[in-house]
Amino acid sequence: MSWPFLVFVILYWMAALGLMVWAVFKPLFSVFVLPFVLGVVLLLFFSIVKYWRWIHSFDKLQRAIIRKNIWSWRFLPAVWEAFREGLLHWRITKKNILLGYMHRSLAFGWFLLIVVGAVQAMQAFPNGHPMWVAIFFNYFEPEVDLSAFKHATLFANLMDGLLIYVLSGLMLAMLKKVWSRPLGMKRTTKHTVMDRVAKLALWCIFPLRLLSEGVTSSLYGNGGFMIRPLGDLINEIGLADPAFEYTCWLLYSVALGTFFSLMPFSRYMHIFTEVFLIYFRQLGVRDSDTKSGYTMFELSACSRCGICIDGCPMNRELGIVNMQGVYMLQSIRNLEQQKNAEPIAENCLMCDRCVADCPVGIDLSVVRRQVRIKNKAAIDSKGGYGYLRDVQPFNAIGRVAYFGGCMSHLTPGITKSMETIFDAAGQKYWYIDRDETICCGRPLLQQGFEHQAFELRRKNTEMIVNSKATLLVTSCPICYQSFKKEYKLPIPVMHHTEYIDMLIRSGRLNLRKDDRKVTYHDPCELGRGCGIYDQPRDVLRATTTLLPTREEREHSLCCGFNLGNPLLDTEQQTAIRNAARDNLLQPNPDVVATACPMCKKAFQHADETPVKDIAEIVAENIVLKSK
Amino acid sequence: MNVSIIGAGPSGIEAANVLAKQGVAVTLFEKSSSALKNIADKAFLFPNFAAAADIVEIMNKKLLSQNITLKTDTDIVGLVREDNGGWKTVDSKGQSHYSDAVLLATGYTPFDAHRKEELGYGIYGGVVTSLEMEKMIRYDQVVNSLGERPKRVAFLQCVGSRDEKSGNHYCSKICCVTAVKQAIELKKRMPDTEVYVFYMDLRMWGQHFEELYRQSQQEYGVRYVRGRISEAAGTFDGRVQIKAEDTLMGLPLKMTTDLLVLMVGMEASEGTRCLAKATGICGDYGFAQTKDPHIDDCLTAQEGLFACGTCKRPMSINDAVNDGRAAALAILDMAK
Repeated sequence: MSWPFLVFVILYWMAALGLMVWAVFKPLFSVFVLPFVLGVVLLLFFSIVKYWRWIHSFDKLQRAIIRKNIWSWRFLPAVWEAFREGLLHWRITKKNILLGYMHRSLAFGWFLLIVVGAVQAMQAFPNGHPMWVAIFFNYFEPEVDLSAFKHATLFANLMDGLLIYVLSGLMLAMLKKVWSRPLGMKRTTKHTVMDRVAKLALWCIFPLRLLSEGVTSSLYGNGGFMIRPLGDLINEIGLADPAFEYTCWLLYSVALGTFFSLMPFSRYMHIFTEVFLIYFRQLGVRDSDTKSGYTMFELSACSRCGICIDGCPMNRELGIVNMQGVYMLQSIRNLEQQKNAEPIAENCLMCDRCVADCPVGIDLSVVRRQVRIKNKAAIDSKGGYGYLRDVQPFNAIGRVAYFGGCMSHLTPGITKSMETIFDAAGQKYWYIDRDETICCGRPLLQQGFEHQAFELRRKNTEMIVNSKATLLVTSCPICYQSFKKEYKLPIPVMHHTEYIDMLIRSGRLNLRKDDRKVTYHDPCELGRGCGIYDQPRDVLRATTTLLPTREEREHSLCCGFNLGNPLLDTEQQTAIRNAARDNLLQPNPDVVATACPMCKKAFQHADETPVKDIAEIVAENIVLKSK
Repeated sequence: MNVSIIGAGPSGIEAANVLAKQGVAVTLFEKSSSALKNIADKAFLFPNFAAAADIVEIMNKKLLSQNITLKTDTDIVGLVREDNGGWKTVDSKGQSHYSDAVLLATGYTPFDAHRKEELGYGIYGGVVTSLEMEKMIRYDQVVNSLGERPKRVAFLQCVGSRDEKSGNHYCSKICCVTAVKQAIELKKRMPDTEVYVFYMDLRMWGQHFEELYRQSQQEYGVRYVRGRISEAAGTFDGRVQIKAEDTLMGLPLKMTTDLLVLMVGMEASEGTRCLAKATGICGDYGFAQTKDPHIDDCLTAQEGLFACGTCKRPMSINDAVNDGRAAALAILDMAK
């Protein structure tokens, strides 16, 4: 569609709309409201079209989940979360109070302006009124007499207060543009042209509203505690002129109209989309391995705030700032940049730090993996899995199945300690991959090799199910996350820290407490990946003295040597590793403890302080009870 | 003139010997309780299978000159250039010694095989280092973890050398031929034992090395597999199961062996790192940096400070001895 044609269509509709509206609402109409009305119409039209298309491209499973849960109690937490995050911006507030205030005042403040304005208009025009009257209220109700309707003074003052609230947030937003540090952000996002125009329009809206109301007040003396003095001031300068008043309201309307019509095509679409995303998420919908309508909601719900940039170890240690979640989503959104999506998607540790930080709760790693899967779809490795046939399952009725994992085979200290622990607890076990190691498949999947990972999952599932084992214990958080989320096993899965914790609690394992001071490194896959933070700490507290570190739990730093990023060289990995190591050594521990063979290998020998897996520390401190 | 030599290994002793013969007063500092500690437990030296004990005896005799003062159990921790151009050495007990020139012969330390946890050193009894294997040969006690004569032995090259993950990109130079030599020693004693050597490249750089390598295959039946061992695991009967890839066959390979011998590389010793750093001549990987690798290879950026032997780079014993001699001549040159 060519531009002149589009402009013609817009003008045509504007004229038609204007005529229609004028015919219906003669007394409460002025031509300047048209840009606003058109903006709202465009916004509604494009939003509905977009959302309609996205909802229709949800995949089968997602649709089934929605159908099942749509009328359930899950609606309530969704409303609460939408209110908390969409308006109050609680997660952002937890990151930085000022940043939270900025978002809250703009979102919640504007929301209240609309709601209170609507109530005010309802009070003033009890016989009904067109919708723009609430928006341009002071223009259409320039009554000096504040007792014209019930609580008129209260409303006028309330609206003034709310405008101040919004304007204060706007000032913070402007401050953030030039100096983002006080708002807790070291780096902010580089925005596209469309986003910048929309932002300019948004920034113009509230000062223009202030000015328009001020000029109207200078002519008629209406308004609340702020607008009236402003009106007096404008009167004194000599700008109290009906033509000027009309121009101001027109500009205000144009700013609103511009913002609304750009909204569906800019980052500001996140305002509405986030509410939908929260609702779907609360219903239980999750993103899958291929792009779906839900992914489109996630892409659109990203506010491009750039909070994902600051925490990212690639930014912190290597100064790489072009591949974080915000840019990755951007590259997917912009179809013409599809070619750039590849390196952006590949260059990531998949440490999930951004997932923990994201105020919208977008599952960035899953979206990233979708791009990787798409990139690797053409790679065929059929016939490379013949060796899987030779691996035979074992009859393990009544036993625990123990899956060391490929990485634990490179740290035999861990697997040996686990064998010691099983023996000490009197637990019979089947060491699945003692001789024939089959990978759990997750490293392949994370790189985008979907079918290849599937082959491995199928074989492992067959082995574990046929063995009739009652519990699966693994030493590797990568395998753990895979067994938990990517497999559908009929038996419970535990990471060895969970399992040891259970043994200690049930009294099957007796430990002595030694005098070593220990810091604990949360592996990405175990902590942020699976939410296991407390069991490892409980085990360590049972047998050593655990020291806190500066950045732990959700904020734990990636060890740099995980399997997520195939593009980093050893030097870059080492830089990321060293940052995490320094954090662990800062409290001056005797031993650094971790629960992942990969992290253990990364930290091992990076310093003279010994690095041990929790299983090793436990195995050293077992007290055998005499029978 | 008096000269301090730090380190009484082959190159330090040879330098002391040459200097003493020219009438220079030499003080030879040694960290451990006796000289030639690193050779003491060696059995035979490549390429001619000379008994290490004989070499130690000859070298020890060289120390008997009255111009040489050997100070054992003296760990030099400080090295400072004085205003008058001389050098002050300070040992760990705080005692100072002054000399006109200092020769750094602080040597190497073997790579700590614990750092390659995937190879199971220190975890499985059947995994030993090349130094331990040499000791076993020397005292004729080549046994597996159960104390039995091994039926199969596997050597793995490049443990801690040419290995980005260990942070050592360099080649340690002596391990290739050492494995060939040890493999032959094993075959001489136990002809029925299978001996495998896993390698990336076999670098037979010295005189007679290539012949030794051929001999090991033709006369002794040592088998060479191109490929690194990725991981080792213990078996319940005390042996070691290794996983590797035969890159010439293009196939993964699994093998159970009684002994896995890790050919550990050479790293700069603690003394080398510490003193090279203190005097500002620290080069790559903590080794001492010389002025020029061709012409002034025993000189350093500091006047009156010389370096010889394995404190500069991995080196064989015969090369280290020659290097000590060269350093002595460089010191005498300076004195003129």
